[in-house]
Amino acid sequence: MWSFSQIANNVHEWLGRTFSPSMALFFEMVLAGIAVIGLFALLGLVLVIMERKVSAWMQIRLGPNRVGPKGMLQSLADTLKLLVKEGLTPDGADKFLFNLAPFIAMIVAMLLMAPVAFARDFQLWDMNIGILYVSAVSSITVISILMAGWSSNNKYSLMGAMRSGAQIISYELSAGLSVLSIVVLTGSLQISEIVHSQANGWWIFKAFPTVLVSFVTFIIAVTAETNRAPFDLAEAESELTAGFHTEYSGMKFALFFLAEYVNVFIVCAIGATLFLGGWMPFHIGNWQGFNHVMDYIPSSLWFFGKTFFLIFVIMWFRWTFPRLRIDQLLTLEWKYLLPISMINLLITTAIAILGWHF
Amino acid sequence: MVEEIGTTSEGDLIINVGPQHPATHGVLHLVITLNGETIKKVEPHLGYIHRSIEKMCESLTYRQFIYVTSRMDYLSAHINNHGCALCVEKGLQVEIPARAQVIRVLMDELTRIASHELWWGAMAMDLGAFTPFFHAFRERETINDIMEETCGARLTMNYMVPGGVMQDLHPMFQKRVKDFLVLYKRKIHEYDELLTGNIIFQNRMKGVGMLDPADAISYGCTGPTARGSGVRCDVRKFAPYEVYDKLDFEEVTEQGCDSFARYMVRIREMQQSVRIIEQLIDNIPSGDFQAKTKAVLKLPKGEFYQQVETARGELGIYIVSEGGTTPYRIKFRSPGFSNLSVLDHIARGSKLGDLVAMMGTLDLVIPDIDR
Repeated sequence: MWSFSQIANNVHEWLGRTFSPSMALFFEMVLAGIAVIGLFALLGLVLVIMERKVSAWMQIRLGPNRVGPKGMLQSLADTLKLLVKEGLTPDGADKFLFNLAPFIAMIVAMLLMAPVAFARDFQLWDMNIGILYVSAVSSITVISILMAGWSSNNKYSLMGAMRSGAQIISYELSAGLSVLSIVVLTGSLQISEIVHSQANGWWIFKAFPTVLVSFVTFIIAVTAETNRAPFDLAEAESELTAGFHTEYSGMKFALFFLAEYVNVFIVCAIGATLFLGGWMPFHIGNWQGFNHVMDYIPSSLWFFGKTFFLIFVIMWFRWTFPRLRIDQLLTLEWKYLLPISMINLLITTAIAILGWHF
Repeated sequence: MVEEIGTTSEGDLIINVGPQHPATHGVLHLVITLNGETIKKVEPHLGYIHRSIEKMCESLTYRQFIYVTSRMDYLSAHINNHGCALCVEKGLQVEIPARAQVIRVLMDELTRIASHELWWGAMAMDLGAFTPFFHAFRERETINDIMEETCGARLTMNYMVPGGVMQDLHPMFQKRVKDFLVLYKRKIHEYDELLTGNIIFQNRMKGVGMLDPADAISYGCTGPTARGSGVRCDVRKFAPYEVYDKLDFEEVTEQGCDSFARYMVRIREMQQSVRIIEQLIDNIPSGDFQAKTKAVLKLPKGEFYQQVETARGELGIYIVSEGGTTPYRIKFRSPGFSNLSVLDHIARGSKLGDLVAMMGTLDLVIPDIDR
């Protein structure tokens, strides 16, 4: 069966035969880098067109339908337009920080791709602290937003950045706690082990009530962390015009824009990996025939299917909910989500110790 | 960098919202003093779309000036024209045929629904929800099509003339309106499902933008803005014009005094408008659609005043005539101006995000404020 892992292994063997070990490693790193950049660009394009089509579908309109078949090349045309557009730097701005901020946003999004398991045995770096790495790196995003807001020398940007700072730091807590419940159940921070622990059933089914609570908390928290509506207070176009990226134009804006979508992809991928079994097919206990049929579906398809389902859910939020106010946003986190996820973590730990799950 | 940012002597941030800003729905300029996210003061600056309509009207004849008033509150164009026509008719003392009266009321109520539809979508957009806008426009489009068929225009209809209406109803009018009513009743529950019942929306609306009944009266608020505070002020009820006194409809008031009450007033008002249309659509009397008037209208020397209920509140038209073919002076009492004046009062102490929501519930149309 065609799979990513075979291609990766073949490339690895070929490089090992042809070059010295250090050169092979170097070429592998270059290939990985190119793959990440390619995936970054591709995901941006796909997710932008997906968002536009999903929103059009919810808003009883057609969406882009002129460029390419059914408008599928629209985001390519948009990118081209952003590429040739002048990237203005305002006069009063701190030029160094202003130009650095979008790159930090982009680099963070790229770094986060490293531990994601895209298919069976297909992962850039299966580090033993995978989940910790994701939590740690994703919190750097806030620095780029604060940097952009502060250096723009614009009041709207500054307010957007301050909102975003408060928001991301708050919601990281419950995102982390909900992830911890899976870590407690699995006993490992490594992505591959977490996926393998779900071979006989996804965690959302195996430890049903508590993991469902953590799953819901996780989805809410990551929606807030990625600055998506109804938590898009950093942008809040009706209040702050465009929030922290008001002053950005051209490719610098595009990098923020792409980074947002790639971040959405990554948090959904992490959610799919932790709660919905990653690339693991859907298995039901002893139904051998059924499980066998499920195994025929390529693992990459399982992974992308689950991830894009979660992305769709997050887009669904965006196009149906009004925005929260800043105080309501913080109340939701500190008074509801955080206590709930803490208690949930305690219960999950008890369940894990007593082995009360399938 | 921080020293370059405009602040007051107390260290509060001064922020300019508008004249080009997505939340102000036009060229309104608000100078907001902020302490963090909390609003200390809101100062509206007007005049960016001032076209001196009142002065222009002085050089136009009594037939001509009505067309200019479509551009004041462009969402209630019919009702503006209606008020002007009524005021001129008051001076001329002409009897309007029954058919024309009913057509005028039908058009007014269709306009009111269309205006509230647009407000509903725009208000949801202020709160960050985009989808309601398109759902609202789906119904509004149907009304616009009806208008286009009968009046020849979709936004500034210029259909009301002194003595009646410009031309007779389109033969398809009755059927189209009935179709619209069916469509509207089938879709109205979506509004509640999409927005009214949403917990985030209710939290954003309830208990913010409090406007006491006494304040509403002293600031001169009218229309749904005042009725959300329980003030009964519907011109259609206390000074009925045309056939409104013969119709069975409720004056919608809410006691909440907050943004949500103002929201609910408009939602319920749409249903009352539907009720009025249902009563009239099968009972359009036959006869003339226009009374016989002279080609050149001359109002007798004196002062004439007429008030009508637009979608935003009470519109007053005050004409001073010297006996000539053009008015000596015209003054419009626009509802938007008074409703905007209350913004500073209700916004103080609330968060910046709520200011946008409050402006949404005041339903401001900037050309109506500036004229």
